[in-house]
Amino acid sequence: MSKTLFEKIWDKHVVDTLPDGTIQLYIDRLYCHEVTSPQAFAGLRARGLKPFRPEQITCMPDHNIPTLNQDKPIKDPVSKNQVDTLEENARYFGLTYYGLQHPKNGIIHVVGPETGLTQPGMTIVCGDSHTSTHGAMGAIAFGIGTSEVEMTLATQCIMQRRPKTMRITIDGVRKPGVTAKDFALYIISKMSTSGATGYFVEYAGEAIRNTTMEERLTICNLSIEMGARGGMIAPDDVTFDYLKDREFAPRGEEWERKVNEWRQLYSDPDAKFDKEIVFHAEDIDPMVTYGTNPGMGMGIRENIPSMESVDEAGRISYKKSLDYMGFKAGESMLGKKVDYVFLGSCTNGRIEDFRAFASLVKGKKKADDVTVWLVPGSWQVERQIRAEGIDKVLAEAGFALRQPGCSACLAMNEDKVPAGKYAVSTSNRNFEGRQGPGARTILAGPLVAAAAAVTGKITDPRELIKD
Amino acid sequence: MKTKFNIITSTCVPLPLENVDTDQIIPARFLKATTKEGFGENLFRDWRYDKEGNKIESFVLNDPTYGGKILVAGKNFGSGSSREHAAWAIADYGFRVVVSSFFADIHKNNELNNFVLPVVVTEEFLAELFDSIYKDPKTEVEVNLPEQTITNKATGKSEHFEINAYKKDCLINGLDDIDYLLANKSKIEAFEAAR
Repeated sequence: MSKTLFEKIWDKHVVDTLPDGTIQLYIDRLYCHEVTSPQAFAGLRARGLKPFRPEQITCMPDHNIPTLNQDKPIKDPVSKNQVDTLEENARYFGLTYYGLQHPKNGIIHVVGPETGLTQPGMTIVCGDSHTSTHGAMGAIAFGIGTSEVEMTLATQCIMQRRPKTMRITIDGVRKPGVTAKDFALYIISKMSTSGATGYFVEYAGEAIRNTTMEERLTICNLSIEMGARGGMIAPDDVTFDYLKDREFAPRGEEWERKVNEWRQLYSDPDAKFDKEIVFHAEDIDPMVTYGTNPGMGMGIRENIPSMESVDEAGRISYKKSLDYMGFKAGESMLGKKVDYVFLGSCTNGRIEDFRAFASLVKGKKKADDVTVWLVPGSWQVERQIRAEGIDKVLAEAGFALRQPGCSACLAMNEDKVPAGKYAVSTSNRNFEGRQGPGARTILAGPLVAAAAAVTGKITDPRELIKD
Repeated sequence: MKTKFNIITSTCVPLPLENVDTDQIIPARFLKATTKEGFGENLFRDWRYDKEGNKIESFVLNDPTYGGKILVAGKNFGSGSSREHAAWAIADYGFRVVVSSFFADIHKNNELNNFVLPVVVTEEFLAELFDSIYKDPKTEVEVNLPEQTITNKATGKSEHFEINAYKKDCLINGLDDIDYLLANKSKIEAFEAAR
């Protein structure tokens, strides 16, 4: 019987199916960070339980941690307590823990793939919606709530309804100056923030096949922003070349055996999806968002949609959104002043993002009145930046690196954008107040961020690449 | 937290905005707690209070005209982050039901896991319900979980809503998924052994 990639993996993890269709799903890996786990661990203790399969669980703090002076105690006592609580829970229950300054610490969605903990064919959950990132390696990976973290700790299972399947194909060849982030923002702008709710998405097509592993991680990371339960890409040689020899990847004969198994993970030619959508890479330009959800995005040379183009029930929300941003319907974003630039997050905090940013700012200077935060996604990324000399290119252009963490993506640490200020951010959400109360976020890829960092304005990066 | 759910009849709090994301329901800076209590204080924090902590009078939670155990919201409620803190905030504030024409997946699950019932209604029912509430803030709605019906008592209009039998049973009997899973641990071990 023909199956989709999703069905092949899902079906192998069904422990039991209830009469109403609810599924008891087995989970291969649970990742825990400090924000969504303390109540789950407390629940475990209250019930007198221990983690059922501790070797399948990895913990690390990432959301709250400072990006400067990580060798010193965390200043905010509430943040410190939350990080300490994770460390104490991991120690008490005997779980792997990569704490502050541990060489493997970083944003959990960056660390999972780069250490080889994330592998094709797995089911992976974390109390974090951007868990969808790991689907890029051919896994079923999705975000869960804290109650479900507790279930996974206690039984390595969660109760789920099977999502519907959707395939998003991007055919053709992408234009120069367009990044994986632009693919994702383009897709979300066409789908809206709820267009894939209830679905698990597989990305396919020529333009997807021709992406690097890290680009795939960026694309799958943003699946949740159109409401999807998760996103995934069939594993291929790109995946296997990336994974081979990583610390937790299988080795020797086991590696060969696994790769043969993983090569069966693709959607059969006649497999049926509940929904199919096709886009063309030639239609995609560098993207920016103009509003307060990730679906409010457009090509950088386009104008903000008019009020009339929005359906009537949505106009109150649309007006509220543009008012918050201080933008007008119908106007262009080009040339608008930028106060902050943030390169980092589980979306765009990997080595290729730093290479892209550095390639554009090389030989130029940081604009005077822009504050720029460059935050590697992990210590491994940070070490690679230094090994490649990217830190020197950045320093010559007037930029400094910070230490790894989620940072200004959700501003749980000190990296907050002040009220009313504009930030071009490579992160994943432009919700009201996401980067600090009153902060105005413009989501974009690393090249648009770099162009803003050297010009102080919204600038089409292709103008600068030409030089 | 485990409260048995049966029939709830209450007035409603209207929030006709669409795409209300979980960052609005509970901003990230309030996620630093290590317990589940007290999040209701900061429900819709940045819409409810200004920078100085003063109430923003125009926001519906600060308007004494409206109150009750049922929150009625525009479509795509709860999009964004998976933070269960959003469901804890809604429950802690005193809401038992959220009515909308569309919910984001993870948030919907989180509500169910905290004995808050998400009720999906048609766009027409939702628009009419907002109308009824604005015309008469004392408008009551009856949510009947055993029958899976929601009734706008001002118009008498009633709709059937969907909920899977397993979750319905959990809510009615005050059981959570962990109770179920722990009772089925032998199946998990058998599954692992057979892999």
